[in-house]
Amino acid sequence: MSVETFTPREFHRQAHDALGNPQIRANFRKAMDGLMSKRSDVFSDWDLETLRELGANIRLRALARLPDLLEQLEANCQANGIRVHWAENGDEACRIVREICQSHDATSVIKGKSMVSEEMHLNAHLEKAGIEALESDLGEYLVQLNEQTPSHIIMPAIHLNTDEISEILHDKTGTERSRDVDYMTAAARSQLRERFMAADVGISGVNFAVAETGTLCLVENEGNGRMTTTVPPVHIAVTGIEKVVEHLRDVPPLYALLTRSATGQHVTTYFNMISGPRQPDEHDGPEEVHLVLVDSGRSAIYQDDELLDTLRCIRCGACMNHCPVYTRVGGHTYGTTYPGPIGSILMPHMMGLEETRDLPTASSLCGACGEVCPVKIPIPDLLVRLRRESVGEGRGNVPGAGIKRSMKEVAAWKGFQWLATHPRAWRGSTALAGKLEALLPTRLGPWTEYRSAPKPAKTSLHALVKRHQTRKPDGEERS
Amino acid sequence: MTPVKCYPAKPERVYFFGTCLIDLFYPEAGLDGIRLLEREGIEVVFPADQTCCGQPAYTSGYQDEARAVAAAQLALFPEPWPIVVPSGSCGGMMRTHYPQLFAGSDREDQANEVAGRVFELTEFLVHVCHLQLVDRGEPETVAMHTSCSARREMGLAETGPALLAKLGQVTLVEQARASECCGFGGTFAVRHPEVSAAMVEDKTQAIEATGAEHFVTSDCGCLMNIAGRFEHQKKAVTGEHIASYLWRRTS
Repeated sequence: MSVETFTPREFHRQAHDALGNPQIRANFRKAMDGLMSKRSDVFSDWDLETLRELGANIRLRALARLPDLLEQLEANCQANGIRVHWAENGDEACRIVREICQSHDATSVIKGKSMVSEEMHLNAHLEKAGIEALESDLGEYLVQLNEQTPSHIIMPAIHLNTDEISEILHDKTGTERSRDVDYMTAAARSQLRERFMAADVGISGVNFAVAETGTLCLVENEGNGRMTTTVPPVHIAVTGIEKVVEHLRDVPPLYALLTRSATGQHVTTYFNMISGPRQPDEHDGPEEVHLVLVDSGRSAIYQDDELLDTLRCIRCGACMNHCPVYTRVGGHTYGTTYPGPIGSILMPHMMGLEETRDLPTASSLCGACGEVCPVKIPIPDLLVRLRRESVGEGRGNVPGAGIKRSMKEVAAWKGFQWLATHPRAWRGSTALAGKLEALLPTRLGPWTEYRSAPKPAKTSLHALVKRHQTRKPDGEERS
Repeated sequence: MTPVKCYPAKPERVYFFGTCLIDLFYPEAGLDGIRLLEREGIEVVFPADQTCCGQPAYTSGYQDEARAVAAAQLALFPEPWPIVVPSGSCGGMMRTHYPQLFAGSDREDQANEVAGRVFELTEFLVHVCHLQLVDRGEPETVAMHTSCSARREMGLAETGPALLAKLGQVTLVEQARASECCGFGGTFAVRHPEVSAAMVEDKTQAIEATGAEHFVTSDCGCLMNIAGRFEHQKKAVTGEHIASYLWRRTS
């Protein structure tokens, strides 16, 4: 398999390639169908709307007090013996992580799943410094072996099928070719087990950072998160600043929403609550625990009362599982760390609207994402907001605002506005369109490559109604 | 989704907002909607100065242009009568997005007031008219595609099927992944034509697989997309706005 690099700038070409790749189509369709049905089954006996309302309010309450809660989190983490670092961007976060590693002469790092570390391009940074970072989440491990990036935030290797996985494991680790999933999983497990024992540092993400207790919660299924955060002598947790919640009691509802929305599970196999390094009377656990809080554009999002809702996200992936666009083009097509609807509302802030110009429009605004979002992020509204930023006069709060503004398009919409606010001209043009129907083009660019062109009616509704109303008294029209 | 409404008693008069797609491409669907309402003893007022709800500009990011178009429509409904719209998409625009568009402006109250009177046609026929139908057509199997705006923005997944259920000779079949978008999405179909085409291809296949030779929808955007795809492929499956279907079978 050839290694491809993807970029949001090439969304159209990448979408074209993915749409023409039957295997990508089948892998995603099957996986997303399964995830949708699991989610709907697991919520069937819940009052989902009430739970979503609760989840949304917990997140809104945390965001409303974000600066205070972050300070509280820092103080309580420090009281627990966790060292807290602040990073303005991915580069700074990488530097902080590298320096911690270097202070321990670390050459080998084992990683639990962390999308923020993907966002930072941490592995590449560490590699340059001579530190090997190995992914221990099975999906991430496969993706890393295959020199790819995750195609889904919860299931990173969802684009690969069994045969491809077998081939990757055979090529890169020398296991026998097999279609036996248990055999392959066991092989990967034993390969990883040695590495856990040898790693100098473990790096993980965070699902919820609890301000009132200074606790870092980590949700996972494979136990690799537990290993990453307990076996190596140093644990570094990296997370976005928006992951903080106010109270410990806020966690159960969010956890309930997260696992059910993500994979349709009542609970995950592991739920880790990290509250500090090994204590003198304890036999295991890391001697040092660090928390790196990463901004990377988040505080800029925070400044805008509407865009702020983007930060509610708890990274369940339900929006992509239910997105008819994502389902067809897959995660790599987006060319961004976070694909699908959440990526399309988040990545423009991180990469700018120029780089991500095709993402806010890559949605039919069907609303499936907003409907399933466990914290009720109004994703379609935010997509429209970013479209507005793209074509506006560049005074918006998003980097690259105004990048898609074209005088031709502005003129077209001004023309539409004029016509739709001049009823007589409107009626004249619809009537004319009907009369000239035979002269109108039957090919309308991309529309007619796949569909017949709609034909203007000979008589507009305005004219039909007029006729209808004059005929009505004698009842002639009602046949 | 907007909260569930307390529906009013059947009024003497309603406004009818025909939508631009119906005005230009499917005027019969609009007229059939009017006929269904009139048969219930309701006088239908069709403001002659209506044009478009402004949604195409709104979803494309041209909010000022959308607001100007919307403002022109707001002025058309001075009496406190319900406003019936034969489209979940335009209805959703008027009910949900007009208040957002005019929030903080001097037309905020008017926008909220108008939005509160907007009803999608099938919603109005079911919940306000409590429509009863006598089916005069031949036995037929039909599929229905409910638009995403009707289903999610307006919360009306059930009203279309509820009306079809009142047709004694009609069997409604549900296609696979019925709630999935058909790929129209207004300018989405133009800006991302290949993705849109893949979506409508799947939708037509799902409808065809039900064995139904006819499908109905309550939104002309979806109709144009799905029926256009069937026609392009020279398939026998035909589509129709639900208002026309109901009128045709009961008149």
